[in-house]
Amino acid sequence: MRLLGFIVVCLTGGLLLYGTGELPNWGDPNSPASLHLSNHYIEHAVAETEVPNLVTAVLADYRGFDTMFETAVVFCAGLACFLLLRDFRPKKEQYYRHVPSGVVLHVKNPERHVAVGKEFEDMDRDWVPSDTIIKTVCRILIPFIQIYALYVVAHGDFSPGGGFQGGVIFGSSLILLAISYNLKTLLKRVSEKFLGIFSALGVLVYVGIGAIAMLLGGNFLDYSKYAPIFGEHHIRALGMLGVEIGVGMAVTAVMAIIYINIVSEGRHDEGL
Amino acid sequence: MTDFLALIAAKYNYWLYIVLMMIGLYAMIAKNNLIKKLVGMNIFQTAIILFYVSIGFKHDATIPIIQGDHGHGAAHAAIKAADYINPLPHVLMLTAIVVSVATFGVAMALCVKIYQRYQTLEEDELRMRLSEK
Repeated sequence: MRLLGFIVVCLTGGLLLYGTGELPNWGDPNSPASLHLSNHYIEHAVAETEVPNLVTAVLADYRGFDTMFETAVVFCAGLACFLLLRDFRPKKEQYYRHVPSGVVLHVKNPERHVAVGKEFEDMDRDWVPSDTIIKTVCRILIPFIQIYALYVVAHGDFSPGGGFQGGVIFGSSLILLAISYNLKTLLKRVSEKFLGIFSALGVLVYVGIGAIAMLLGGNFLDYSKYAPIFGEHHIRALGMLGVEIGVGMAVTAVMAIIYINIVSEGRHDEGL
Repeated sequence: MTDFLALIAAKYNYWLYIVLMMIGLYAMIAKNNLIKKLVGMNIFQTAIILFYVSIGFKHDATIPIIQGDHGHGAAHAAIKAADYINPLPHVLMLTAIVVSVATFGVAMALCVKIYQRYQTLEEDELRMRLSEK
C-alpha cells in the first residue's frame, strides 16, 4: 500500500511538473491571470469604490456575495463542531482548590456549586501549579493583541487587514487565555451563549447591510444607497467597514467555539 | 545548459509547490493515523494557497494598495495595472485560509467523535472494529 501510494504520488507529481512547462513564468506581468479582469480592478477600483486597498475592495464590494457565503461557511463550521461534540450531561464531579491553604475540595454532587472567589479557584483533575511567568506574560500581552486585532479590522480599507485577519487574531487571543490559564477562565469571561449569539450576529450584520440596501431601493450590498443616511463622503468605504466588522465578529466567535469544543470534547469543563 | 538554468529561474516556484503538494498527498494516501492524514491535507491546502499567491506576483510591482492621494477628484488616470500585483488571487486565498482553518476544526471534531466511540484513530484498527460488529 505504501509503495503503491509512493508510485501514484511520483506519477502525479511528475505529470504536474511536466505541466508547469506550459505555465507562464514567475512574475510575468503579462501572464493570463494578470490580464483582463484584474487590470480593471486595479485601474478602476479607487474611482468606483473609494477604497485604496484593492484586496478589500474586491473582497467586500465586487465579490460581496462570495465573501458573504465564506462567512456563512465559517459559521456553519462552528455550528458543526458544536452539534458534533457538545455534551450536555451534567458534570459528575468538581474540584476546587482553597488558595491560601492548598486544600483541594472534591465536590461529588453536581448540583452544588462553590462560589469561586478569591479564596477558591476552579481546577482540573490533573492540576499542575500555575506558572507565574506564563500567566504574567499572557496577562500583559492579551490586551495588546486584542487592540491590534481591532486595529486590523478597522483599518482594512487603507492598509493590509480586514475582518478575516482581525477576527482570527482576536480569536487567537481568546485561545491564548485558555491555554495560559485554563478553559474555565475563558468560559467565565465569554460564555457559550455569548459566543453563539455573537457568531450568528456577525453573519446577520453582513447580510443585514446587504438587505437594507435592497430595502432602500438598490441591489444587494449596494452601499451607495446609504448615502442619504450617512452622507456622501466615503460611503462605500464605511459600508465595507460595517461588513468587515460582521466578518470579524463571526470569525472571532467561531475560532473560540471550535477550540473550546475540541479541547474539552464538548464537556466545557477541562481543556488543554 | 543556460536554457535549463533560465527555465529553473522562471518556473522554480511551481516546482516547490508541487513537491509540497505531493508530500501532503503522500501523507493522505499512505499514513495510517487519521490525524496524520489531516496534517497531510493541510500541507496540500497550503501548497495550493502558495501556488495561487505566486500567480498574483508581478516583477517590479508593489502590493495592491493604491499609493498617494486618493481622495475625491484625485488623478485616477495615473494608476497603471503593471505597478500593482494582481489582487484577485489574494482575495480568493484570504478567505480560503480562514475557511481551511474552520474545516480543519470540523475534521478534528469528527476525529474526537471517532476516538470517543472506537478508542482509536488508526485506520486498520478502525476497520477491524467495524468488521467485528
